[in-house]
Amino acid sequence: MDTFTVENIRPGGMTRRQFIKSVIAAGAVSSSGLLFSGPAGAGPKTSPGAVERLITLAVNGQQRRVDVMPQETLAQTLRGKLGLTGLKIGCDRGECGACTVLVDDVPMYACSILTHSVRGKNILTIEGLARPDGGLHPLQQGVLDEQGFQCGYCAPGFLMATLGYLKTNPDPTRQELAHGVSGNICRCQDYDKILTALMRGAEYMRKG
Amino acid sequence: MAIIRDGMAPFDLYQPTSIEDALSLANRLGADAWVLAGGLDSLERFKDRIKRPKAVIDLGNIDELRGVRREGEDLVIGSMTTLTEVSLHPEIRARFALLAEAAGEVASPQIRNQGTIGGNISQDTRCWYYRGGWDCYRAGGGTCYAGESLEGQNREHAIFGAEGCVAVTPSDTAPALVALEARLVIRNAGGRREVAVDDYFVGPGSDITRLNVLKAGDLLTEIRLPATWAGATFYFEKVHDRPVWDFPLVNIATAMHLSGERIDRSRFVLGAVAARPWRLPRVEAAVAGSLRNAVADSASRIAAEGAVPLKNNGYKMALARNLVKRAILGKRES
Repeated sequence: MDTFTVENIRPGGMTRRQFIKSVIAAGAVSSSGLLFSGPAGAGPKTSPGAVERLITLAVNGQQRRVDVMPQETLAQTLRGKLGLTGLKIGCDRGECGACTVLVDDVPMYACSILTHSVRGKNILTIEGLARPDGGLHPLQQGVLDEQGFQCGYCAPGFLMATLGYLKTNPDPTRQELAHGVSGNICRCQDYDKILTALMRGAEYMRKG
Repeated sequence: MAIIRDGMAPFDLYQPTSIEDALSLANRLGADAWVLAGGLDSLERFKDRIKRPKAVIDLGNIDELRGVRREGEDLVIGSMTTLTEVSLHPEIRARFALLAEAAGEVASPQIRNQGTIGGNISQDTRCWYYRGGWDCYRAGGGTCYAGESLEGQNREHAIFGAEGCVAVTPSDTAPALVALEARLVIRNAGGRREVAVDDYFVGPGSDITRLNVLKAGDLLTEIRLPATWAGATFYFEKVHDRPVWDFPLVNIATAMHLSGERIDRSRFVLGAVAARPWRLPRVEAAVAGSLRNAVADSASRIAAEGAVPLKNNGYKMALARNLVKRAILGKRES
């Protein structure tokens, strides 16, 4: 069967948001069968290199146990199972950047990488930027001060792409930063203000 | 009934940590296995359910497939080295800047961070009829929707070497590797073979269903750059509709050995004009022994000789001529 109905992903008549909350509350380890239909992926394997489904991911400095299907993308795991809905699904094809997260400090499209491929790596999402006391990351403060975004759907991706780029070039020209975040799209066409805001954030980061 | 196209169909996933394990898996699983490099070309088609492999062998955990090293005069690039790593590597930039530049022009920063040199040259074509699951010749069916149908949309398709199928190679790094006379190492359970880059890519005349010689059980493990063109005079340019993400409409990669302004030897290679990177041996012959300025006009005029344009892609002939002229002169404006 190629197809499944909406009911399959909204069990018990819950709304999607309620359901996700319940998954998060339940620790998100035993619910994958509700999120996805079809055969239950791989059974136990003895071949070299066959993956286990129950894995530990290092996300925003925490070790998170999660049940991950072989064909699951990092965006599905982070949003659907770990409750990290800051990253957005725009195109789900690596063509918009809204799902950008850092994998070992490197910006990648979470929609286009298998979760199993990032085991053992440090994943940073937009939720991991603010300090534990709620204080904003300097990059977030720059965006806030300059009011860089209009609707903001692309903002988490832009911020993560910027953070990754700044690790390779902390003091970029506007042109260099534009190239650094060229893998992210803004449907509001707000690029000029976005760049101003990101440059401000980069400046705050350099000041520490 | 609408088809859900966002989740991938289930597959068994294998993540071997050594080439030996990967080869034994590939050998055992045979045609059931899909070999995953960076995954950007693959996952898109898994999501679209155009490809539904039973098993996926992810090469991402095999350290020995990554990195750049010197072996004698050869520079050896592991097939799983990312495009970002290739574009920034000091020795590639110093000796083979053509490849660094081509790798830096691929898609977007995130894609270059994840996409690999082996995957970039081995990815499948972007012909949307083929990728959309139409039963064209390349997919084993009985027609070419882009080339044979009166309504076929073929602005991006081939002007050279189309036999049945008019799909083109989408790679930016493949023409650079052809210009640099790279040698590619392919391994399978039976052993190791080294293939000249000219013999790695396949046109529809020899096999309409594939773009390269890799068969089930094969792994591309290394790309070897001989010293032949190290430090030569290079030119790379990619013409595309959008400056980010887009695949080339036409790209060009050239290497020239000069004595002063005289061209001694050269390799001229176009991408996105045929199923395989398209060398221009007549241009190479025409420029040999001539001064760059003196030969640019006459040699560029023959760049599109033999082209057979389709309804919507005649402009690629003009692009080919202009890119060859710029490459000979070594400057963007001509």
